[in-house]
Amino acid sequence: MTSIWTITKKELRHYFNSPIAYVILFIYLAISGYFFAYNLFLNGVVSMRSYLQTIPLILLFFVPALSMRLLAEERKTGTLEHLVTLPVSDIEILLGKFLGALSFYVVMVGITFIYPVALSTLGKLDWGPVIGGYIGLVFLGACIIGIGLFASSLTSNQIVAFIVAFAIGFVLYLVGQSTQYIPAVAGLVDFLGFTSHFNNISTGIIDSRDVLYYLSLITLMLFLTLQSLLNRKK
Amino acid sequence: MIKVQHLTKHFGDFKALDSITFEVKAGEIMGFLGPNGAGKTTTMKILAGFMPPTSGKAIVNDHNVEEQNLEMRKQIGYLPESNPLYLDFTVEEALQYVAAMHGLNKFNTREAIARAVEQCSLESVFYKQIENLSKGFRQRVGLAQALLCDPKTLILDEPTVGLDPKQIIEIRELIQKLGKNRTVLLSTHIMQEVQAICDTVTIIHQGKVVASGTPDELKAKSEESMLGNIYIKLAAGTIKDTEAKLREIEGVKHVVKKDSEKKGVYGFTIDVENGVDVREAIFDAVVKNGWKLYEMTPQQISLEEVFLDVTK
Repeated sequence: MTSIWTITKKELRHYFNSPIAYVILFIYLAISGYFFAYNLFLNGVVSMRSYLQTIPLILLFFVPALSMRLLAEERKTGTLEHLVTLPVSDIEILLGKFLGALSFYVVMVGITFIYPVALSTLGKLDWGPVIGGYIGLVFLGACIIGIGLFASSLTSNQIVAFIVAFAIGFVLYLVGQSTQYIPAVAGLVDFLGFTSHFNNISTGIIDSRDVLYYLSLITLMLFLTLQSLLNRKK
Repeated sequence: MIKVQHLTKHFGDFKALDSITFEVKAGEIMGFLGPNGAGKTTTMKILAGFMPPTSGKAIVNDHNVEEQNLEMRKQIGYLPESNPLYLDFTVEEALQYVAAMHGLNKFNTREAIARAVEQCSLESVFYKQIENLSKGFRQRVGLAQALLCDPKTLILDEPTVGLDPKQIIEIRELIQKLGKNRTVLLSTHIMQEVQAICDTVTIIHQGKVVASGTPDELKAKSEESMLGNIYIKLAAGTIKDTEAKLREIEGVKHVVKKDSEKKGVYGFTIDVENGVDVREAIFDAVVKNGWKLYEMTPQQISLEEVFLDVTK
């Protein structure tokens, strides 16, 4: 357990030792600020609804940028060899890295919680969907980090890791958007995609099916990453 | 203790290691020699638990490396090839991180870091970012990481590569000191290094062990004809005549003209039959023919020649 925490700390240190943390934080906050504010006064409604519907698409870009270096960089610089020969198991390494990226992500998304707080001073805000929405964002982000970690384990090139993670994420996003085009399997497609689960949670209702969807996707990604890490040694 | 038995490793169709067998006893420093691509690094990666062998057994400190036992890994200090480090860390952070990964508590961490820093003379750069350190210091940081937790076995892949002569000597002394109560396996290209610090040597070539023993044994074991060479330089008659007369001496196999210092003074290499001492006979021949002897040197072969010989 302590090893997981040590690796989590190490990952966070890497983020803040390099410009990547500051660049991602700054640009994410600027863009999400724009989407929060641009039609707020036009609509004149105290609601986070349109913001929370746009932000998942933005995260599809930003989260892979966070996760792309997790394993690809270690492989490129050769530190992976040092890391996996230390007295820690591969699973601990993966969990440590996953939690490192996740904690950075939670802080990044957490900062934007200022928006609903500010909004609530302007009128009566319905907190249920807001809190649900943020919980949904955390689950969604954790999934994309899992995908990104897997993509990062496949290559030593961070750009490739970024694009692969984005592509997988985008497919899962598109699948959820395409129910009306393939009505025959609409139920299945709806279940597979990100969107419906996020929308369910962001209505303020936390259904175990949605939580299970996210948790199983994360587990699947960590499992695939582990296989990829073990396979590299063969 | 390191015991390697019939270790084989395939990368696809390529056979990187072909049933190699060797042993490093506790408290011994073994030099692992071989040309580039011989399989040194692959062997070390397997021993450090980075990847499993295709077949065969590797035992380090009584544990099979394939068990992937975490306790076992605590007893191995590994310096990978090209010494990968987190460049954005300071020396302090890097050592603290390794200590934490080994599960040391606060008190032990402080003690271990103090010892490693002293052993590797890192005091002056302790708070500096590794990115800003010279290659020599980086190498020492890598070494400090490897020996931080006082492992029983050290696996060092080219620990002195890229260092200046003074640093090389320092690192060698350090390894020698560490090797007194530890098992050390180190790979290198530098023959003097092996001669200076290693108790035993294993030479591998194309994935196979081609020679092993103490540095002296290896020299003795190498092609005996090379051991018998004598170089003489003398002022004599014609080259042909001198060669013929030298060849008449009992025990001489071949005589080859090597060089000439000036007109009439020539150097010859004399190939001698195994175990025959022809120095007296040569001297007698010199006197008999009225030659002037400038030089007579029995040629001792270096480990370098052994190396070149067995990896031909």
